Amino acid sequence: MNIGKGLVRVDKLKLQKVSNKIRSNIIEAVYSAQSGHPGGSLSSADIFAYLYFEELDIDPNDPDKLDRDRFVLSKGHVAPGFYSVLALRGFFPVEDLKTFRHLGSYLQGHPDMKHIPGVDMSSGSLGQGISAATGMALSAKLSNDKYRVYTLLGDGELQEGQVWEAAMFAGSHKLDNLVVIIDNNGLQIDGKIEDICSPYPIDKKFEAFNFHVINTDAHDFDALHKAFEEAKEVKGRPTVIVAKSIKGKGVSFMENAVEWHGKAPNETQYKLAMEELERAGSLLCQK
Amino acid sequence: MSEIKKIATRESYGNALVELGETYSDLIVLDADLAAATKTGIFKKAYPARHIDCGIAECNMMGVAAGLSITGKVPFASTFAMFAAGRAYEQVRNSIGYPHLNVKIAATHAGISVGEDGATHQCNEDIGLMRSIPGMVVINPVDDIETKAAIKAAYHYNGPVYIRLGRLVTPIINNSKSYHFTLGKGVLLREGNDLTVISTGLCVAPALAAAKELAEKKNIQVRVINIHTIKPLDEELVLKAAAETGKIITVEEHSVIGGLGSAVSDLLSEKLPTQVLKIGIQDCFGESGPAVDLLHKYGLDQEGIYKAIIGNL
Repeated sequence: MNIGKGLVRVDKLKLQKVSNKIRSNIIEAVYSAQSGHPGGSLSSADIFAYLYFEELDIDPNDPDKLDRDRFVLSKGHVAPGFYSVLALRGFFPVEDLKTFRHLGSYLQGHPDMKHIPGVDMSSGSLGQGISAATGMALSAKLSNDKYRVYTLLGDGELQEGQVWEAAMFAGSHKLDNLVVIIDNNGLQIDGKIEDICSPYPIDKKFEAFNFHVINTDAHDFDALHKAFEEAKEVKGRPTVIVAKSIKGKGVSFMENAVEWHGKAPNETQYKLAMEELERAGSLLCQK
Repeated sequence: MSEIKKIATRESYGNALVELGETYSDLIVLDADLAAATKTGIFKKAYPARHIDCGIAECNMMGVAAGLSITGKVPFASTFAMFAAGRAYEQVRNSIGYPHLNVKIAATHAGISVGEDGATHQCNEDIGLMRSIPGMVVINPVDDIETKAAIKAAYHYNGPVYIRLGRLVTPIINNSKSYHFTLGKGVLLREGNDLTVISTGLCVAPALAAAKELAEKKNIQVRVINIHTIKPLDEELVLKAAAETGKIITVEEHSVIGGLGSAVSDLLSEKLPTQVLKIGIQDCFGESGPAVDLLHKYGLDQEGIYKAIIGNL
C-alpha cells in the first residue's frame, strides 16, 4: 500500500504484536532477575520491534554474516528490551530470558557480544556504543561495504562528552551509512533530563554536528517507518532520529515514573503489569 | 653497547607500520592529532587513505578502533601514553578489553623521558593501568629492532595489545644474530650469578651498562634480563633467575607501583619468595627538564642504577 512519496505501508498490527510481546518479556526478565531497567526498555520497545522486524538486514541463523547491518545498543542498560527482541527474532530461545542477570547465564546485565548471538558490540558504559558504531560505519566506507550501522542512545546519555566526540567524527567523515536513534523519554535516574543537565535542543545540537535530523514519535510505526526510509535517502551526512517516547510505555503505573528506571516489580506489580500487557495483546489479536 | 645507531622506539613504530601496511591492507592507523609526534605520520605519507586522524578525542578514537576491529580491520590506535592509558582508560577497558577485541594501542611518549613537557605529559602509570585489564597484552620494547618485531607480532596476535613506546632516542642492543622476538618471552642479555637485574624499555641499556661496569670495577657478575612483554610475564625466566641468583632488582621508567617491579614481585611472592628491589619512579610526579637530565635525577641512568645495585648488595 502506498502512503505517498513512494513509501510502502508497514504492517503496523504485526509490529504492535511484536512490541507487546517484547514488553511482556521485559517484565518477565526483570521480574525474574529482581533487577534491571524496565523504564527505558519499555520506551525503546517499539524501536526495537521496528529495527529487528522491519529494518535491519540480519539473519538469526547466521548472526555473524559479514554483510549484515550492524546494531549497537549504546544505552546498554536496556538489555531486557534488546534481549527480548533478539529472542523473538530467533537468535536464542525466549525461555532463556528468565535467566537474565542470573549467575551463570549468558544473558549478562549489559550486552556481551562474546556470548550472546546477535549482539554486535558489548556495551553498558554510556557514551561508548556510539563510538563503536561510528567505527563500524567508517570501516564499511573504507572497504566499500554496503551494510548500514544503527545505534540507540538514551537522551540522558547525551550528557556524556564522548557522544559529541563521536558525533563530530561521524559528521566530519560524512558517514551517511550511520543512523543514530535517540530514545527521548525525558527521564534519567535522578529525575527529568532538563532538570539534571539539559541536553535540549537535541535536534539543533546534532544539526550543528552536520547530521541530518529527523524528529519522530517512538511509538508510532508509520512515523518510525517514514523516518527510517528517509534516513536511507540521505547522502553525505549521518542521520539522527530523535524519537519522542514515554518511559515505561505500555505499563500504566510505570509510565513517566522516574522510579522505574532501574527497579524490578514485586509480585503484585508483576501480575498487574502482565495482566495489562495481556489485555493489550488480546485486543491486538481481535483486530 | 652499540652507540652507532640511536633511534626512538616511536620512530621504529612508524617505520614498522609502513612495512606491515604494504603487505596487509586491513591495517588501519588511528591518531589523535599527534601524527608528527607518534610517528604515524610516516604511515600517513605512505598510505593516506588508511590513516584516520580522529582529532583531539582519544576516548572516541578507542571506540572507533573497537568498531573497526569488529568489522575485520586491524586498527593501531596511537596517542601519548597519558591519553591512551590514562584519559581513555575506561574506553580501553570496556570497549576493547571486555570484548577482547583485536585492537592495538601504540602509546608513545611514555615515562618521564617525555622531558620538557613535564608531569602532565609524563605517564608513569600506564603499565599498571593496562596490565590490570584482563586479557590485555602489555609490551615495552627496548630498541629499534625489538620495536619492529613487537609491532609485527602484535599485528599477528589476535587480541588487544598495549605497546609502550618512547620519545627519546635509544641505542640498539638486540643486534645479535641469535635475537628472536617471541611474545611473552624475556631476553637474557647477560649471564651472571651474583644477582639479577630485570628491566624493560628505555632502562634496559643503562642497566646493561651498569652490569658491565660492576663486573669491571667490582667483579660482581650481574645477570641482565630484558622483559619486553610485561604481560604475560615470562615466569620461567624470572623464577630461574630468582632461584639461581637470589636477589632481584627491577629497573623501569615507570612508577614502582603497578609496573614491571610489581609484576615480578607478584610472581615471586607467590612462587618463590625473593627479595626484590624496585628501581623506578618512587610514587611521585615528574617535572620539566631535558630527558637525559631527568633520567639522571630520578636515578634511571647508568650511574643511578649502578649506585642502587651497590647499595643493595
